[in-house]
Amino acid sequence: MADTYETAPLDQRMTTFVPHAAALGMTLVSCEKGVGVMQTPWREELVGDPETGVIASGVVTALLDHTCGLAVNSAAEAPMPIATLDLRIDYLRAAAPRAGITAEARCVKLTRTVGFVRAEAWDTDRNDLVAIAQGSFMLSPRG
Amino acid sequence: MAEDAATPTIEGLQAFMQRVPYVRFLGMGVELAGDEMTAVLPFAQHLVGNPMIPALHGGVIGAFMEMTALAQLSLAQGGARTPKTIDVTIEYLRPARPSATYARAILRKVGRRVANVQVEAWQESRAQPVAGLTGHFLLRG
Repeated sequence: MADTYETAPLDQRMTTFVPHAAALGMTLVSCEKGVGVMQTPWREELVGDPETGVIASGVVTALLDHTCGLAVNSAAEAPMPIATLDLRIDYLRAAAPRAGITAEARCVKLTRTVGFVRAEAWDTDRNDLVAIAQGSFMLSPRG
Repeated sequence: MAEDAATPTIEGLQAFMQRVPYVRFLGMGVELAGDEMTAVLPFAQHLVGNPMIPALHGGVIGAFMEMTALAQLSLAQGGARTPKTIDVTIEYLRPARPSATYARAILRKVGRRVANVQVEAWQESRAQPVAGLTGHFLLRG
């Protein structure tokens, strides 16, 4: 039987089962408890500045938001719907032309109701960041 | 007047909307009433972030509001180069349902180098916004 959103493994639930993640070509690079890494490749239609060919900051926003969600979900005992309360992003520099983006998010604290997350994004060098982010996410346990 | 002396030009806005591939990827458009701009994001399946509820992706709403700020700045700034986003703080108020989303930006201050912009996004009712954004943008002559 084909997987549904609820039964699919985490990497599929974060990518192919989420239309926008699929549209951005997101892939899950790695995930352990409370820490997730995701990637989105460069594509012509995702460009924000046609003069330079640099990927749009909006794509970085979506990837950071999504990777933060992964970090919260992997920190929780069981997967559950979560909602972003607040997300703050600093764009440290423009990404390199025609470069994709990788983001790593760490759930710093998980309470019964809220997950607090820090995240970083880079293009080619893990030590030369494109953006940093901090967010809080509301948990909605089922039942 | 010195701080915001640039004459609003529709050409600047049109150039921004047509030039940026990511604006087309989102499917975003703008409506103008004089110099008052409303950005429109029609619903599309590829914008969905939570297929269970269903709801638009939080990143889509954030990106849409950021592009609204840039569009409003391009309207105010005429032919200047597209500003660079320095930072954004996004506040999510309600799940964005699978329907059209609208946004308006207020230029709180347009200085020589930095613009402070606030954006609000809503769906059925303007009085019940789905999200807000506050951001700083670097102006490039």
